Amino acid sequence: MGVKKEGTYFMGGNIACAEGAIMAGCSFFAGYPITPATEILERIANRFPELHGSYLQMEDELASMASIIGASWGGRKAMTATSGPGFSLMMENYGLALMTETPCVIVNVMRGGPSTGLPTMVAQGDVMQTRWGTHGDVGVIVLSPASPQEMFDLTIEAFNLSEKYRLPVILLSDEMVSHMTEKVVIPKKEDITIINRKKPECTPEEYLPYCPDEDLVPPMACVGEGYSIHVTGLTHDERGYPSIDEKVQNMLVTRLLDKVRNNAHDIIRYQEHMVEDADIIILAYGSASRSAREAVDMARKKGIKAGLIRPITIWPFPEDRISELAERAQAFVVAEINFGQMVYEVERCCRGCCPTYLIPRMGGSIHTPEEILDRIEKISKGGGQ
Amino acid sequence: MSIRQSRNWFSPDYMVHKKTRKSGYGLHPLDDYLKKDRIPHIWCPGCGLGVVLSAYIRALKASGIPQDKTALVSGIGCTGRAAGYVNMDSFHMTHGRAIPFATGLKIGNPDVVTTVFSGDGDLFSIGGNHFIHAARRNVDFNVICVNNFNYGMTGGQAAPTTPMEVRTSTTPYGGFEQPFNLPSVAAGAGAVYVARWTTYHVEQLTKGIEEALHKDGFCFIEVLSPCPTGYGRKAGQKAGKDTMLYYRDKSRIEHGANPNDVSLDDKDEIIVGKFVDRHAPTFQEKRREVFQKARDMMGVK
Ligand SMILES: Cc1ncc(C[n+]2csc(CCOP(=O)(O)OP(=O)(O)O)c2C)c(N)n1
Ligand code: SF4
Ligand SMILES: [Mg+2]
Repeated sequence: MGVKKEGTYFMGGNIACAEGAIMAGCSFFAGYPITPATEILERIANRFPELHGSYLQMEDELASMASIIGASWGGRKAMTATSGPGFSLMMENYGLALMTETPCVIVNVMRGGPSTGLPTMVAQGDVMQTRWGTHGDVGVIVLSPASPQEMFDLTIEAFNLSEKYRLPVILLSDEMVSHMTEKVVIPKKEDITIINRKKPECTPEEYLPYCPDEDLVPPMACVGEGYSIHVTGLTHDERGYPSIDEKVQNMLVTRLLDKVRNNAHDIIRYQEHMVEDADIIILAYGSASRSAREAVDMARKKGIKAGLIRPITIWPFPEDRISELAERAQAFVVAEINFGQMVYEVERCCRGCCPTYLIPRMGGSIHTPEEILDRIEKISKGGGQ
Repeated sequence: MSIRQSRNWFSPDYMVHKKTRKSGYGLHPLDDYLKKDRIPHIWCPGCGLGVVLSAYIRALKASGIPQDKTALVSGIGCTGRAAGYVNMDSFHMTHGRAIPFATGLKIGNPDVVTTVFSGDGDLFSIGGNHFIHAARRNVDFNVICVNNFNYGMTGGQAAPTTPMEVRTSTTPYGGFEQPFNLPSVAAGAGAVYVARWTTYHVEQLTKGIEEALHKDGFCFIEVLSPCPTGYGRKAGQKAGKDTMLYYRDKSRIEHGANPNDVSLDDKDEIIVGKFVDRHAPTFQEKRREVFQKARDMMGVK
């Protein structure tokens, strides 16, 4: 088994994710089985012997997350995959990876929650958890795939962004996207851009492990490279030494936030469908965006000017673009498989320029295009509530 | 001005610290192994942690393993601060997660001789599950557990090692939970090397750490250590010295003792020594074998 060369495949989302990781150069994977993410672990476990990679089934998700951070400091590209219950356990060391600027990738395949919830069924209830689930102020990068093809492409992208900006990047899939089988095109290796972390060019004596370059990202020396690094989750100065100085806290945390904010133009990706002249703009991501797109096409056939914006990076949120669109749209409609999470971001970005409506869904299944269309029609007639 | 533009990262103001070398550096024989600009440390007078850390450093020096091919990993606690003082690659993890981090680090870069240096609470309470699984896997690193019978850093609360009846700040009327016998936990979970020493047994401890550094597989050394501030005051050992005298008077060396028989329940005797020293294939060795078979089956190199 295995995808050994470029070509067109009929492939499941989770399998495509594992293949994307391999393509990106991932050589360390630690995980703990959980529906609907398990196929990623299984695929990696199958593929790694021939690639001389390290697969570890850890005792829990706390350990999975901690060990990929360790592997990353061991010089590897490392990844884990989980779903809600495991993702909650990972929040502790997700924060550690953000604080220590450790490149790694976490895949969260969302299922119905809270708690054990609906293990085998779709939901999008972890959106705000990816943003605020770990304690403290954090700047995060989260990507949202909407197809098996994107499970492949965005896994590579997640590794690239994590290496470039030195932080854990989350690939936020959902059960539907992960378990869907579709056409996946695997390009030639040479045609894929792979980014690797910056290494220090100075001597160990000159090296300040947490002193950033102009992009606010410090070059990363790993274990055994002779730089005598110290890595801590405590607030630390440029030397990596712990500090309880308010000034140091202020500079470190501001930089960690600015690293994402100031580079947002490079990080943010979204896809638009007929928004240019749209009166009613739907915002949807992941599996919900597939129904939303269909609904937009149906509305157009009925003469309603509807459009779709699909954030691919959900954090950082494409706020400038939403604000711009809000100035000329009549309404924003957010279709998400939760009871309202991203809708508050959209509302904030609309700044009162146009009303924002939510089409919620509790999870278990995705919206039908008809139900989204129904709402679009009502809004277009002036009755959106 | 928006918050995004508010800070000039390259103003001299940003550089709070430059790497400095203090004068006098190098006068002490172990200086090369310490981050001189991190000294003085935070440990209390009479604390045993300095004794254990210097035993580790002397063992490392004696082992001949190059300093830049070693790593020290700590969790959270007074013991966990050790990682911050050594002049080598060092990692100060979240509470309890030193072991899974070290697992990734060691497998990520097998050339680096990795040691976990952490407290009894960190390794056996919040990190207990990781400990038994790392021992079971027989991942090739060493664990030095400084057992001061309590949570020192947070102010002397009960730990899973606190003896019955002892008063701590969270067992004000005396404890009533059975403590772990750490060598028995380690041996039962699969550690290939298990020893217990106290801060009184500096030479044996140093030699033990050196052995562990050279040995393949999961090696565990428990070091009983005074914590006059958090534990001693309430346990009738007011000064670090009192605890040292207690160790001297009560310890009996018994190499090869059955780890199940060395519990500290009997307050009149502390059995120390090397209890387990056996060979078992490491995680890395077993995996190499299985993966090689898989590759042979697939016909790939
Ligand atoms: C998740 C979490 N819970 C609690 C704490 C608070 N805490 C800090 S150190 C510590 C206990 C450390 O005890 P031990 O490992 O025995 O180290 P010692 O200070 O005794 O050397 C605790 C509970 C924490 N830092 N993180
Ligand atoms: S509280 Fe105890 S363990 Fe911590 S530094 Fe003081 S004496 Fe040592
Ligand atoms: Mg302790």
